Amino acid sequence: MTETDLHTEAVEIHDQFADQLDVTVDEVSERLDTLVNEYKVPLSEARRSVTNTYLDEAGMDRDDVAGGDQHVSITDIDTPEQWVDVTAKVVELRNPDSDAIAQAGTLGDETGTIAFVSWSKSELPRVEEDAVYRLGNVVTDEYEGQFSVKLNSTTTIEQVDRELEVSNDDAEITGALVDIQSGSGLIKRCPEEDCTRVLQNGRCAEHGEGDGEFDLRIKGVIDDGTTVQDVIFDREMTESLTGISLEKAQEMAMDALDTSVVAEEMNERLLGQYYHVTGPNFNRYVLADEVTEPEQPDHEAMLIKARSI
Amino acid sequence: MSNSATREVARRVFAREFNDATYTFKESDDELAPRYALLPTGKRANRVFFVGTLTETEDVGQDSEYWQGRIVDPDGGTFFTYAGQYQPDAASMLRELEAPEYVAVVGKPRTFEADDGEVNVSVRPESITVVDESTRNYWVVETAERTLDRVEQFENGGEYAQLAREEYDLPVENYRRVAVEALESLDTEQAESTAP
Repeated sequence: MTETDLHTEAVEIHDQFADQLDVTVDEVSERLDTLVNEYKVPLSEARRSVTNTYLDEAGMDRDDVAGGDQHVSITDIDTPEQWVDVTAKVVELRNPDSDAIAQAGTLGDETGTIAFVSWSKSELPRVEEDAVYRLGNVVTDEYEGQFSVKLNSTTTIEQVDRELEVSNDDAEITGALVDIQSGSGLIKRCPEEDCTRVLQNGRCAEHGEGDGEFDLRIKGVIDDGTTVQDVIFDREMTESLTGISLEKAQEMAMDALDTSVVAEEMNERLLGQYYHVTGPNFNRYVLADEVTEPEQPDHEAMLIKARSI
Repeated sequence: MSNSATREVARRVFAREFNDATYTFKESDDELAPRYALLPTGKRANRVFFVGTLTETEDVGQDSEYWQGRIVDPDGGTFFTYAGQYQPDAASMLRELEAPEYVAVVGKPRTFEADDGEVNVSVRPESITVVDESTRNYWVVETAERTLDRVEQFENGGEYAQLAREEYDLPVENYRRVAVEALESLDTEQAESTAP
């Protein structure tokens, strides 16, 4: 966090209250500085806290403040159809799957990440990967529990010259693999372009009968004794956990004239083992990016606790 | 950690507590509603996960195969598992395994009332797999922790703690001791394995 960043924020906050309060930029800056540098509060939270202090002093509501009043942290976006401002880094841009979309990808701030879309018809300036922007007037949206923000023709895009530490909001779970569900092991996917659906009895729900391409995956359940979590292990992860390559799995299935032998072998090798899994959430699943053996818990510390109760 | 929509969590419980969980109940009259065993430490269990030493297997079936497996945890309690034609994978594991062996079991609690009125608690396995000693040790510490959590929360009540008070005359202190003994056994084992 540089002095300049704090100063920029301080000027913005000061401007909002210049008419109502007798407060100087230095005073605002000092408050921010205390929160950020002394208490190590993220800047977005510090801004919020300082703004609230002045709102109280001025006897104003958040809604009374023009402009920056709707500035939110990404993790606080939990309602669709809200008009908000965010300051975020473009973490990732991906190829839009429709002409209606000019740009799409992921934004991130200190609190989390969120998908974004910029519509072609809004004719907005393009954003660049790894750059930080203050985006004014974006609209929140929700689909199956996942939130996103839409840039629109009223959105203002202002590049901000500062670094932003994007929070890694991957899920992290440790527990025993207690179930491997149907649809795991050696599977076939629809060969149609951009369709990766798993064939059920040789049929794709979208494209009908087809030959399909072999793939490996595991839909597993990790359970720590208090909660359960569905986890998807992709081909690479499945191969490294089970030691069974796609080629080997195909051989096994050919020998047995049955693909289910692959899943059975995987059950035998993995069920009842403890795993530490990290990866992004997707709907009700965690997509396993990294899987390790968990560290042995400290039984002596537990024994001390057990004796002390 | 977000919950899978309907799946029941697999409780961690030592055999001595599990075998005391003789009271079972359903939350609704629906025929398909899940049945729960009431743990004496005040939680309901529809599924359990445990790791122990398989010490004996025996086909106790009369007309068709029905395999019994005895699985012992480190404080000496024994889980009884039974698998027949409706649990073909687990049954074939019990048929093929040579005791002793460390095994991990996921399964459902079942109760059976003997002629003398005694209620026996057993496990109907969903899966039985062979694991190593470090997995067993991990389970012991984890299960001690979950047991102690339940013991600590017991005083604060909750629906199932209340039910356990009504149905059982079993002080939760017993299960704290079970946890202590299980943890102590790890100490001894490790001392032995590092002795010259």
